[in-house]
Amino acid sequence: MSKKVVTVTILLIAAACVLPFVVSNYRTFQLTLVLVYAIALLGLNILTGYNGQISLGHGAFYAIGAYTAAMLMDQAGMPYWATIPIAGAVCLLAGFLFGLPALRLEGLYLALATFALAVSMPPILKSHLLERWSGGVQGIVIVKPDPPAFLADVGIKLNPDQWLYYFALAIALVLFVIGWNLIYGRIGRALIAIRDHHTAAEAMGINTALYKSLAFGVSAMYTGIAGALGAIAVQFVAPDSFTVFLSITLLVGIVVGGLASLSGAIYGALFIQFVPNIADELSKAAPWAVFGIFLIGFVYLMPTGVAGAMRALLGRLGRGKLSPPKEALP
Amino acid sequence: MKRKLLPVAAVLAAALAFPALAQKKYDPGASDTEIKIGNTNPYSGPASAYGAIGKAINAYFRMVNERGGINGRKVNFISYDDGYSPPKTVEMVRKLVEQDEVLLLFQSLGTPSNTAIQKYMNAKKVPQLFVATGATKWNDAKSFPWTMGWQPNYQTEARIYARHILQTKPNAKIAVLYQNDDYGKDYLKGFKDGLGPQHQKMIVAEASYEVSEPTVDSQILQLKSSGADVFFNITTPKFAAQAIRAAYDTGWKPTHYLNNVSNSVGSVLKPAGLEKAVGIITSAYVKDPTDKRWANDPAMKTWREFMAKYNPDGDLSDPFNVYGYSVAATLEQVLKQCGDTLTRDNVMKQAASLKRFRIDTLLPGIAISTGPNDYAPIEAMQLERFNGHEFELFGEVISNEQ
Repeated sequence: MSKKVVTVTILLIAAACVLPFVVSNYRTFQLTLVLVYAIALLGLNILTGYNGQISLGHGAFYAIGAYTAAMLMDQAGMPYWATIPIAGAVCLLAGFLFGLPALRLEGLYLALATFALAVSMPPILKSHLLERWSGGVQGIVIVKPDPPAFLADVGIKLNPDQWLYYFALAIALVLFVIGWNLIYGRIGRALIAIRDHHTAAEAMGINTALYKSLAFGVSAMYTGIAGALGAIAVQFVAPDSFTVFLSITLLVGIVVGGLASLSGAIYGALFIQFVPNIADELSKAAPWAVFGIFLIGFVYLMPTGVAGAMRALLGRLGRGKLSPPKEALP
Repeated sequence: MKRKLLPVAAVLAAALAFPALAQKKYDPGASDTEIKIGNTNPYSGPASAYGAIGKAINAYFRMVNERGGINGRKVNFISYDDGYSPPKTVEMVRKLVEQDEVLLLFQSLGTPSNTAIQKYMNAKKVPQLFVATGATKWNDAKSFPWTMGWQPNYQTEARIYARHILQTKPNAKIAVLYQNDDYGKDYLKGFKDGLGPQHQKMIVAEASYEVSEPTVDSQILQLKSSGADVFFNITTPKFAAQAIRAAYDTGWKPTHYLNNVSNSVGSVLKPAGLEKAVGIITSAYVKDPTDKRWANDPAMKTWREFMAKYNPDGDLSDPFNVYGYSVAATLEQVLKQCGDTLTRDNVMKQAASLKRFRIDTLLPGIAISTGPNDYAPIEAMQLERFNGHEFELFGEVISNEQ
């Protein structure tokens, strides 16, 4: 990581810390959702972007995470923060187990298998076998967490929305750092090698089966943690919240944000959070048609995602081709 | 001279100004010129057929504004798409309350969506008025004083069928098919309450199904073998069509009661086969726009004119358009009653003091009554029977009003 990147990252984190005091509570809530989506997209990107396995079923892992958190809070009376690692662990296991049979499936066939997972999730959540814990169709209403008392003791006054934002921001930062270490280390190189040339990777001694299942597990863990955070932010889970459309939205997010890019998760999250709202404001009659136009526009103008376009732009600026002559500056 | 008059003028001015201040009271979302009303509707997604309701309400308030508004104030109806997804509803409702600062939320649609926002609305003390769902839990004035339903709830409807069975077939042997979720159980509870303590004797068979099941054929066979002569069919449209067809094809000829949720001729009875649906009994509370009896009804004529002028893209055979018109008229009445005291408190107070308010697009004899402890506006329905072409109303309007 160059010094420039470090400075920019620190500045961005500082800006993210100031935001809740500048914008309204409603916007803070929206930004919390952006962070939640960013975590989920990062997870999906590890699998699809870096490892080349297409998943149309990550909404299901998001749902498992959300329900794990909600049920632990509702049934076991667990504090909200304790449910996050458990949701992550449950999804890590679920993803790893799902990844094992999925090993035999390549490309589109894997996409279809994961699609089936996404489609079957709402009926599973509604089924009467789970109803005692899952609340059936009615779902579970969660109490909004208050900022911890020790903050008020040291004189920091936050409302629940702001607190939840910082909570999500902290988790997102931790997960991004872990993701960065994972991707830019041995494991990341192995994942990319498998994506680029499966046979060659195997010939080099990479245990492809293990790495692919692991990628599935870690990816599901990220998405599950996002699901748990999302449930706490929205204060409600119901089967209708996790339809197949959520999975497709996540895939749209990583493609628009930029495949195989860490920062792409943030751009993608901003896109899936705000563009549908803009589309709805532009047209009540056909909001999704407007959304489609946005989508085509993005993909056409930025074929490597927003992250790719930013990289190209910064690269050119760095080389001075696009930067205006110094004397022209005021 | 001037000096001496000044205090007098001040007193006079205060005297003049004070009653005006006392008369006009506003909460966020209301002013001398405008009343802001928020709404969420599924304009996209799997339940987008319901989006017709939001469009009809929007058209209704455009008509109201053209007439001069409500007590001189224009209605600003802000409606967002939630795609029937509860997290989206939470987000959009927070936008309506915190950013758009609406006076009240009106007709938010869907049981899960409204469940997701109920706590929030009641904590914020913003009316969640006349929600578009039939669950019984929206009539709980004690626990959720800021949430109120509108349409007859599922339990009310089921009690009406129970009452009819007790009157016409006191020795009936009843079989019940229900969808295994809140909605199905809500109906079942109302039905058992309506039958009273003898329900254990009268209901000889119960079968349930999951929404994920492909058919209900085996359930119908099971119910038929119980020897029941009355069948209460608590199913959503797809399964209702299957149940009607299966019951007929197996030669089971019970008196068939079908819940209001699935009483559409076009999307349920036609796919099942019209001849197989003859004799089915269901209930209604709004005038069916396709019913020939209302062809020359002045109220439905006014409604058709409204549709032609303000909602020309709307489907004239879609009952949701009558529904949206009727529920918007109810809100207009509530806001009229509020006068110049447009506070959230007063909105709930007025909504809870409707006294036999009539909307002429509702069936004759059905009126809206509410009270501080009665958060169920419509509690009457009329039974109707299918004659092979259309539903025919029969009997009196049956009310469940306490």
